[in-house]
Amino acid sequence: MPKRIDIKKVLVIGSGPIVIGQAAEFDYSGTQAVKSLIEEGIEVVLINSNPATIMTDKETAHKVYIEPLTEEFILKIISLEKPDALLPTLGGQTALNLAVSLKTKGHLDRLGVELLGCKVDTIQKAEDRKLFKELMHKLEEPIPASEIVNTVDEAINFSKIVDFPLIVRPAYTLGGTGGGVVNNHQELVEVITQGLNASPIHQCLLEKSIAGFKEIEYEVVRDSKDNCIIICNMENIDPVGIHTGDSIVVAPSQTLSDKDHQMLRSSALRIIRALRIEGGCNVQYALDPYSSQYYVIEVNPRVSRSSALASKATGYPIAKVAAKIAIGLGLDEIINPVTKKTYACFEPALDYVVTKLPRFPFDKFTTANRRLGTQMKATGEVMGIGRNFEESFLKAVRSMELKMDHPQLKDKKQDLHKKIRKQDDERVWAIFEAIRQGVNLQEIQEITAIDFFFLHKFKRIVELENKLKSSPLDINTLQEAKTRGFADSFIATLWNKTEIEIRDLRKKQGILPRFKMVDTCAAEFESSTPYFYSTYDSFDEATPSSKEKVIVLGSGPIRIGQGIEFDYATVHAIRAIKDAGLEAIIINNNPETVSTDFDISDRLYFEPLTVENVLDIVEKEKPKGVIVQFGGQTAINLASLLHERGVTILGTSVENIDRAEDRKLFESLLREINIAQPLGFSVETTDEALNRANEIGYPVMVRPSYVLGGQAMQIVYNESELQDYLKQNFENGQKLLVDRYLIGQEIEVDAICDGKEVFIPGIMEHIEKAGVHSGDSIAVYPPQNLNKETIDKLVSMTNTIALALNIKGLINFQFVLSKGELFVLEVNPRASRTVPFLSKVTNVAMAQIATKIHLGLDLKAQNIKAGLLPFKDIVAIKAPVFSFAKLSDVEIALGPEMKSTGEVMGKDKIFEKALHKAFMATGIKIPHSGHLLVTLRDQDKSEALPLLQRFEALGFHIMATPGTAKYLREQNLRASSVEKIGRAEHDLLTELQSGRISLVINTISKGKNVESDGFKMRRSAVERGIPCLTSLDTCEALLKIIERNSFATESLT
Amino acid sequence: MKVQLVLENGERFIGDSFGFELKNNFEFAEVVFNTAMTGYQEIITDPSYCDQFITLTYPLIGNYGINKDDFESLTPYLKGVIVHEICETPSNYRSEVSLSDYLKKHKVPGISGVDTRRLTQIIRQSGVLKAILAPVDYPEHNFPIIFKSKLPENQIQRTSVNRPIHFPGKGKRIVLLDFGHKKNILKSLLDKGCDVIVLPWNSSFEVIRQYSPDGVLLSNGPGDPMSVAPVVESTILEIQKNYPMFCICMGHQLFALANGAKTEKMKFGHRGGNHPVKDFKLDRVFITSQNHGYHVVTKSVENTDIEITQVNLNDESVEGLRHKKFKSFSVQYHPEAAPGPEDTHYLFDEFLNSIEESRHAKKN
Repeated sequence: MPKRIDIKKVLVIGSGPIVIGQAAEFDYSGTQAVKSLIEEGIEVVLINSNPATIMTDKETAHKVYIEPLTEEFILKIISLEKPDALLPTLGGQTALNLAVSLKTKGHLDRLGVELLGCKVDTIQKAEDRKLFKELMHKLEEPIPASEIVNTVDEAINFSKIVDFPLIVRPAYTLGGTGGGVVNNHQELVEVITQGLNASPIHQCLLEKSIAGFKEIEYEVVRDSKDNCIIICNMENIDPVGIHTGDSIVVAPSQTLSDKDHQMLRSSALRIIRALRIEGGCNVQYALDPYSSQYYVIEVNPRVSRSSALASKATGYPIAKVAAKIAIGLGLDEIINPVTKKTYACFEPALDYVVTKLPRFPFDKFTTANRRLGTQMKATGEVMGIGRNFEESFLKAVRSMELKMDHPQLKDKKQDLHKKIRKQDDERVWAIFEAIRQGVNLQEIQEITAIDFFFLHKFKRIVELENKLKSSPLDINTLQEAKTRGFADSFIATLWNKTEIEIRDLRKKQGILPRFKMVDTCAAEFESSTPYFYSTYDSFDEATPSSKEKVIVLGSGPIRIGQGIEFDYATVHAIRAIKDAGLEAIIINNNPETVSTDFDISDRLYFEPLTVENVLDIVEKEKPKGVIVQFGGQTAINLASLLHERGVTILGTSVENIDRAEDRKLFESLLREINIAQPLGFSVETTDEALNRANEIGYPVMVRPSYVLGGQAMQIVYNESELQDYLKQNFENGQKLLVDRYLIGQEIEVDAICDGKEVFIPGIMEHIEKAGVHSGDSIAVYPPQNLNKETIDKLVSMTNTIALALNIKGLINFQFVLSKGELFVLEVNPRASRTVPFLSKVTNVAMAQIATKIHLGLDLKAQNIKAGLLPFKDIVAIKAPVFSFAKLSDVEIALGPEMKSTGEVMGKDKIFEKALHKAFMATGIKIPHSGHLLVTLRDQDKSEALPLLQRFEALGFHIMATPGTAKYLREQNLRASSVEKIGRAEHDLLTELQSGRISLVINTISKGKNVESDGFKMRRSAVERGIPCLTSLDTCEALLKIIERNSFATESLT
Repeated sequence: MKVQLVLENGERFIGDSFGFELKNNFEFAEVVFNTAMTGYQEIITDPSYCDQFITLTYPLIGNYGINKDDFESLTPYLKGVIVHEICETPSNYRSEVSLSDYLKKHKVPGISGVDTRRLTQIIRQSGVLKAILAPVDYPEHNFPIIFKSKLPENQIQRTSVNRPIHFPGKGKRIVLLDFGHKKNILKSLLDKGCDVIVLPWNSSFEVIRQYSPDGVLLSNGPGDPMSVAPVVESTILEIQKNYPMFCICMGHQLFALANGAKTEKMKFGHRGGNHPVKDFKLDRVFITSQNHGYHVVTKSVENTDIEITQVNLNDESVEGLRHKKFKSFSVQYHPEAAPGPEDTHYLFDEFLNSIEESRHAKKN
């Protein structure tokens, strides 16, 4: 069918802020889809609340609205823009849910807006448990038998029909708390009783257990003519039982025979046809490893994280094609964007192996429950491509940036059987350790149900480790190790050499990587995709062009502290390089992102971001230089090593990066230029730390040097707390920073410098006081509370420091205004988290200006006036979004360590409205009445009092723990007391369960103790969706919104 | 043991021997590639690869071993298997032996450790090539002589049954004229209840008629269709006049030749499980399993009694034909799949439906 001519304008809904389970992949698919629609002459209107995306650049669509993703705002945009249709299948579950709601409420029909991609009944059939079951029965597609039970008897009856093992899943408990696998009657009774109690609605899902089955996914695309194709299938190394987002996944499947594969392929086609999806769809299967019995686990009637992975794994741009299908084009009418010769209607053939590893946030959330299950916990992922499994797996391991270049278990002395059984994120490393210690594969297979195919490969890696150990400097073994993907640095460790010595040795022996193309067709057709990976095979097909080139280093996997913002800056840098007429080359390993879309750069190398891999590419491409400023700490950390090897680093010099990042160098610089910094020291021993802390005076802020997102950063209030901290986070010989903890207004400045002049696009102030990580603070542009004098001072300090560091490109500052005095907290000589936000708000393409400076165009040549850009006449708020509801046992209280996974923007004419929008966009339910549950630490009580008085005036009823309540009553507030947990029939937890609490305010002296009342209360609030504020500043901001929305009700007397 | 694959253009790939070990000996054959990611057992036992070296472009081969069910013929007819990596520790509940052991038993040599992507690119650029597979120490001066020697012919004669075989069923009686058929063609008919008689490729029309078939299926087979066309053309013309006929692959090419169209050798053929085929009447694209080195020349179909029903979406080559008068149709690809997608399995039903229709027509 040709393109529909009745659709001229389409509204695309994005996926909103990055949260666990819905991340950068939707920026990639959304951006691709919009581009694809525009290619077809469609006018595209876009709504998304996430400013950190390429998708929300004004160049991406004809109209871009950065507004909260709520029905209200979408309706408003529809009435303003009058689109012909709405495309919701590219913005994750968020967009799909909104579309279903707007459609079922009749809004879309009323406004004459057609829903593209799939019908509402399709979405319901795929997502409603009962309808899905009916459809599968109709199609005769097997699904695991299941039933919803409310009593123990119902459960027993079910077990009479369906054989054990069964899974008990309590309804509405996080991560399946209270449930589990049961193997017999007795276990069933035990677990179901416990599960029913754990469920707030006293309900469990009882399901036939298929744990241990192979988990296989199919990515399917269908057009309106009913043409259907499979883009790729993927096999999870971790069998059914671990969420696919948390599983190690390979593509294509490795252990399926053609019969198995075709059986599932045909099933997937039947399902997408029955659902009549027009676009992309993902079907997940469980396949019995001992028979051809399979079950359909899940169907996603939309583009998903897996489709982003499949696109990068095969080169086939699923979202791009899905968007064209949505406006009527057939698969046989869309040109294959890879070969540019054939059509999109074919199934990719791979001639390499892809391994995806999930990246978990447990380095940040040390108290989190690391056990993996049905609730996804990973924040990001990496992909490794190789010509054999070992190579692709080891490349993925190195891309993770876990400070290891080879599979290693940190704590080797623990009980490995127990560790492997625990099924946490470190299980795979424990398996390697077990193999090293001689545990046989049979035993590991029995515990994990991981297919022997993969265990044999793991064993082969271990055997090669041993071979390396026993034959130092043997060239054949070196060749073999490189073929199997071993890192130079790891071989160096085994051979007692340096990484560079190994590199030189193998180069001398001609053991060099070759680069091969990802071309969707296994070389059957000529192809010109500029998408390459390295491998130790015989022939290299990535011939460099004769153009002048620049390499940009990406930022690797998305993790807390280094998110999508850095991918945004990377993409902008690439654009600027292309604009300048040079060839832009990107190196990155994150399959979810826009930067690894092969048509963004002139050349994409999908590789680990390590010195070895980057040098291999640099030596091949011989670029003018490498840009490290946009890839977050990942790229910055490579700068000096690359520089040492003679690689030209464009932008700020390595010496100056060091001067900004190394504490001592930075201190002496500030002394030279006479700028104040909170009193602080860099120490290397425990004694030194304790002495310096006394000298500064408590509270002090402690953190390791060179960190990302405030990792292991903490405020300590006395010596014993400091000792605890040192015990957990510090070894003599490391560098630790001990600083005075300044309470005050935190201010953030981003600037661009060409070495001669400084341009400041904007200044932001934070709502939360210093002490809350800047990434978790609400940032306001322009500042609302700074006078002209302070702003002038900020500008002059920014100028002085940027010039003193001879910055070429971007630089980010954190200041604190304490008692009228400005101090520098931190300087980052690179693109910061606020670049996309500020770029959008001020309409300054910051990363592009910086890149042009790297290429030799100074500010003057770019026609940019130095100094502070006049503030725009709007207020824009950047608010953090957290994924606490997905991670059990994580402390939610804000502190110096970053915890948020994403951000939203609220923009309006006045502060309160902008703030209101930002809160709405984060999904916080703003309470307008009800009960307030308050517990405060002593030092906060006086500060909290006026706030609570204002809440009371708004009609809120205040409930507090006995100490706080007593204080409040003394201050004439009507506060009722609530007992601490377990002290009475009605305690904190039962109050939260009662549903009448609409807001929790809780400031804490020190958290981290999972057993404490405060911790339990905060978790309980988060898990029930009750807003829980741990900073009085955030609380005041919220109060302002509520006050603005309420009518004053005061009597005259 | 180290072995080498030497191409007629002089390129050489060194690798490790697996399967049957070529001691002081060599194999000489045409080298082709297949891009399917699964299905090596079916590919290796597909008689259409008779006398060829097959390069598998997917780099990990042998992962799920060899089972007792997925054979397309009782023995492999190919000359050698070229892979990037052979899996010696297969894992699958159906696996009986490793691919290497299976090939050893059937005296088929293999070479692993080859940059199969490079080899594929060479074949794509220069067309299918002759090649020698030999131990690395095999005397090099023999190569020019070997390359000058003639490749064997008469593949169909060797892969076809040489006497009738009956596979009883309760349904329609089908004569399967065997040019080196894949077992799954037979199985597809048997699964639908057909009563199948497999006949040698050169059976005369008289012989076929003696079996009173309801329909005739011309199977796939190896080699050049022109080599057998003179023998079978008149038989085919008789069959199409008298019975509904369905032709697959080699059968399709012979159907075209018998009706006056022409075939020619392709540069490097179509071999894989992802070839899109467009059906004009249905306005639909199907993903098909393919294995052919010859095809029907598009232009030559003009002014004949047959017409093109389907084309390959990639290169517009002929994929399906239909007789304008008779209930005879053909496809270039493999609707029986094995390996490959099952999208076009419906053609067997179409064939059986056409039999049903012609019965009705006869009755009326």
